[in-house]
Amino acid sequence: MENNIVLEAISINKSFNDPVKIDVLKDITFKIHRGEFVSITGKSGCGKSTLLYILSTMDTDYKGLLYIDHESMEQKTEKELAFIRNEKIGFVFQFHYLLNEFSVIKNVMLPGFKSNKLSEEELEKKGFDLLKNLGIEKLAHKMAYQLSGGEKQRVAIARSMINDPIMIMCDEPTGNLDNKNTEIVFDIFKELAKSYNKTILIVTHDLHFAESTQRIIKMDDGRIIN
Amino acid sequence: MRLKHITGIAQSLLLARWKQTLVAAIGVTFSVTLFIALLGFMEGLNRLLDGLVLNRTPHIRLYNDIRPSAIQPLDLAADYKNYHHFVNSIKPTNARKEIYNADAIIKNLHADQRVSGVAPKIIVQVFYNLGNIELNGIINGVDVDQEAKLFNFSDYVSGGNIYDMKNISNSIILGKGAADKMLAMKGDIIKVTTTTGEQFSLKVVGFFQSGIAELDKVQSYASLSTAQKLLGQSSNYISDIQIKLNDMTQAPVLAREYEKLFSLDAEDIQTANAQFETGSNVRSIISYAVGITLLIVAGFGIYNILNMMIYEKMDTIAILKATGFAGSDVKKIFITIALSIGISGAFTGALLGFLLSKLIDAIPFKTASLPTVTTYPIDYGLQYYTIAVIFAVATTYFAGWFPARKASKIDPVIIIRGK
Repeated sequence: MENNIVLEAISINKSFNDPVKIDVLKDITFKIHRGEFVSITGKSGCGKSTLLYILSTMDTDYKGLLYIDHESMEQKTEKELAFIRNEKIGFVFQFHYLLNEFSVIKNVMLPGFKSNKLSEEELEKKGFDLLKNLGIEKLAHKMAYQLSGGEKQRVAIARSMINDPIMIMCDEPTGNLDNKNTEIVFDIFKELAKSYNKTILIVTHDLHFAESTQRIIKMDDGRIIN
Repeated sequence: MRLKHITGIAQSLLLARWKQTLVAAIGVTFSVTLFIALLGFMEGLNRLLDGLVLNRTPHIRLYNDIRPSAIQPLDLAADYKNYHHFVNSIKPTNARKEIYNADAIIKNLHADQRVSGVAPKIIVQVFYNLGNIELNGIINGVDVDQEAKLFNFSDYVSGGNIYDMKNISNSIILGKGAADKMLAMKGDIIKVTTTTGEQFSLKVVGFFQSGIAELDKVQSYASLSTAQKLLGQSSNYISDIQIKLNDMTQAPVLAREYEKLFSLDAEDIQTANAQFETGSNVRSIISYAVGITLLIVAGFGIYNILNMMIYEKMDTIAILKATGFAGSDVKKIFITIALSIGISGAFTGALLGFLLSKLIDAIPFKTASLPTVTTYPIDYGLQYYTIAVIFAVATTYFAGWFPARKASKIDPVIIIRGK
């Protein structure tokens, strides 16, 4: 069982010092196992996004220990952290964040360019397969800005999976979508968790969404309350 | 991360803002073009102006100077050897201007590896007779072949063939200024009086125009034998030996050496024409300064555009970083953008610079003092192209480096959270 842990946070504390000292995260400790579909919920301002940025290694200004795939994130250089993000974590953001300068398929392939494990042809085929699984293969050669919000979010999901990460992190993935698209995106995540056995961590304030995940981590005022 | 992917991303970012990119590249092109045209033109003019004097001036001139003897009779007296001598009113001796044993010296110089050419010369003081008016004049007796070879003599002669001077006896190539005063045409016979009072008739076979008007009013040319006749001297009389060296900078050293070796006076070109060197150096410095300023200004243009691009592309940078691109990758992307603007701008600029130089080279430029020059002079030296391209690329690299570093330091959390 212990070997199944993909992410472990041990007593993470973070505070902002400007203008006055505010503790945003207090003693956060939890584990996520392989294949778990977890959501973090809480009121706006409870620190759930801040926690996600720390877990994703983008924010390094915190106290405490973070293990990703049994590897401590302490004392890692910016370059090493970038490497870990690239290899082990897939991202889906609230505002889809596709690069408008690129076509859909290039957007999906982008993290693969960095990891440089597959040739461009293999990468393109893989990206295309991912798009196909999400039912948007027709959009592959459109430019990113020509897509609707729901389509963009599905492309972002495809991009998050291109390097076969050990976990996918999502920051309010449905926060910017209408009900219909929220349903579609949500179904995709469920499908990923169930059929592909992906580890998924979603930050959301949408309780309806959260309730249908396997495990809910509730936060309030910088603490985990369940 | 492969270079191919870095350039691919850089290219996409560039094309997404192709108008800005074009403006930046045009800035570089413009400055490189002007740099090349300006310096080529300036150096062309410099060479032309320097050539007026330097081409006509031997690197070393050997002659017998008129001056008082360094050793006075008193110095030889043994009784006063340890005394300080005061001798007033010393006059030069009746020194001859002739160079003794000139043939042997010339032969000796020809054998010297450092010497590229030797031309003998006789300077004759005359008066041009113009009815009852007499004009001051100097007739240079020269060896036409050597003079043409070493001092581009033919470039300065108009309205006649320089070899007529050699082939027609008692002929003269008359200074343009003097000819205008005397209303002398080609084929006319003019009269000159030498300092010893003898009169000669000389046939005008051409006109000499050096570009320096004062000189042209006085100087004329004749063959060595004509000059010897004017002076009433034998055919081995020579008053000056002009030397051209392979390396002009050696002139001062060699001048001292020949002075000792041949017991003659020697004057080097650096001493004789110091001011021309200074003049052309200053002109070069000014044009380099202007050219490099242009390139730096273009660099600031690129800096601005890249800075703007970074503000516009904050999201892109954040997402690249979030998906695993390191700061150094982002930096490489932006430096690639800067360099591709710089390199494409620089090479287009080099091409346009060449064309602009060609254009200037075709503009008619006629001046009374330069008979052989018909268009503006341009120097097509490769060094201007090299300097311009290297400097443009270096400037754009640095102009890109600072924004790129800024981009690499962008914290993705701040951007993503900010939305």
